[in-house]
Amino acid sequence: MFRLIRSKPLGALGGVLILVLVVTALLAPVLAPYDPIKVNSRERLQAPSLNHLLGTDDFGRDILSRVIHGARISMLLGLGAVAISTLLAVIIGIVSGYYGGRIDIVLQRCIDTLMAFPGLVVLLTIMAMLGQGLGNVILALGIGGTAGNARIIRSAVLAVRENQYIEVARATGCQDWRIITRHILPNIAAPIMVVATLGLGVAVLAESALSFLGFGVPPPTPSWGAMLSGSGRTYMIQAPWMAVFPGIAISLAVFGFNMLGDALRDVLDPKLRKGHQ
Amino acid sequence: MSRYVLRRLLLLVPTLALITVLVFSIIRLLPGDIVTLMMSEQGYAGDKAKLEQMLGLDKPFYWQYATYVGKVLQGDLGVSFWTKEPVLDEILRRLPVSLELAVLAMFFGLVIALPAGIVSGIRQDTWLDYVVRSSAIGGLSVPGFWIATVVIVGASIWWQWVPPMRYTPLTRDPVRNLSQLVLPAIILGLALSASIMRMTRSMVLEVLREDYVRTAWAKGLPERLVVARHVLKNAMIPVVTVMGLQLSALLGGTVIMESIFVLPGMGKFLLDAITWRDYPVIQGINLFLATGVILLNLLIDLIYGFLDPRIRYG
Repeated sequence: MFRLIRSKPLGALGGVLILVLVVTALLAPVLAPYDPIKVNSRERLQAPSLNHLLGTDDFGRDILSRVIHGARISMLLGLGAVAISTLLAVIIGIVSGYYGGRIDIVLQRCIDTLMAFPGLVVLLTIMAMLGQGLGNVILALGIGGTAGNARIIRSAVLAVRENQYIEVARATGCQDWRIITRHILPNIAAPIMVVATLGLGVAVLAESALSFLGFGVPPPTPSWGAMLSGSGRTYMIQAPWMAVFPGIAISLAVFGFNMLGDALRDVLDPKLRKGHQ
Repeated sequence: MSRYVLRRLLLLVPTLALITVLVFSIIRLLPGDIVTLMMSEQGYAGDKAKLEQMLGLDKPFYWQYATYVGKVLQGDLGVSFWTKEPVLDEILRRLPVSLELAVLAMFFGLVIALPAGIVSGIRQDTWLDYVVRSSAIGGLSVPGFWIATVVIVGASIWWQWVPPMRYTPLTRDPVRNLSQLVLPAIILGLALSASIMRMTRSMVLEVLREDYVRTAWAKGLPERLVVARHVLKNAMIPVVTVMGLQLSALLGGTVIMESIFVLPGMGKFLLDAITWRDYPVIQGINLFLATGVILLNLLIDLIYGFLDPRIRYG
């Protein structure tokens, strides 16, 4: 464990950031000093002080409490979106990579098609179709992230499929379902984990972009993206703390997911381990 | 080679057909239809059936689709429901702005990513590697629109500078035009550089373990030559692929930058079209962008053969 931290300090830093995020999300009601959605017009736009460590917004709501509860929304959003995209991607990737042939050609053409559209454009269109709401943002981010992940998982399946133990399993009369669940899935767990960790960061960032364009999580839910793009931008000169702190929270969370994902990839891909020259 | 090119071109047909089906059907699933929207605005026909007939929306779905594809094949993307201007003309008028922004962003992305990736790869797990990697990932982790807002607000407070509200085309005044696009391009390039840098780093790491690099070290070549002659050339191909894959993300990013820096490009045009349910414009832009991305990726695949003589197309 200590050796791992010493050899991958950035990954460890990412892990710590994510741990803080998870703990904050779990303990949000205990940690937050105020109600994150209660309007208090007498305390509008207050600068950071001892009473309100990160200041208040245009409705007099405590920014620190909103950032803390925002961690909950971001985790929910990220985990929900990644669960959907990973599940769909694993199904498509395995069907495409394991069975191959015509079904692979058809699925790959569909993925080519989906990947040709700019991601944000796909998200905007899905959101316009579904309408606003936290559940819909999760669904849109999940569907939007599927195509790219499916391609990565397919190539992992293709590499595993050629191994001798799969051939042996087939020769001993194993059913496809058993080969997939017992032999393929455990061997593609590493790329799935990497894709999921990096996907969490992408989801948090994409939600903020959607919020900026007016298609994100609707108010008064304390989502980081909404806090920094709605009134946060309007009051940027008057009350910069409104947009600065949620911005820092998003950046730290995405940074953590990316660092952890990168370190996982380095550790799980033996080809990249140190030892050259 | 020519058989490979032919096969790739043939494979484009189903992909492009799927794109048109997707673009055409998804837009019609959007809630809030154009006819109600137009009737609520003044100056358009008051009779719903007449308006539907005027817009060609009274025909069955497959008929509308067939007519659309027929026109697209003749280079006609239809006319905007609201402005009555041909969509292709409107796209072509805005394309140079988005294209210039995208090319500049790619340029800045590469300027940051390539040196960073190479240094980070050849000095793996040193403090330099950590600093370079965390800055690159840091650039990817900050929302672009947030950096843009902070930069604009900061510049207006400290230097009383605000981005110009009127766009100057490159052909009229290149210096003014570039000064307008440099900031959004650098911000877009920052996010882009992270993925290119990561790929450059992993490829440099992989190539460093190859036998021919060991031979180069064994021959006593200085590090500069080993990296420039042996490592870089062989590490570049997947990097080019990542650049191709980033194209569609880049075009998505222009939507945000164009709306912040008030640039009259395709992104802003698309956002307005989605708000106003202007089907032909949404279809046109999506079709145009998706086709562009697919053709550019095909071009990149074909360029491989020239970059690396070991790649032979079967």
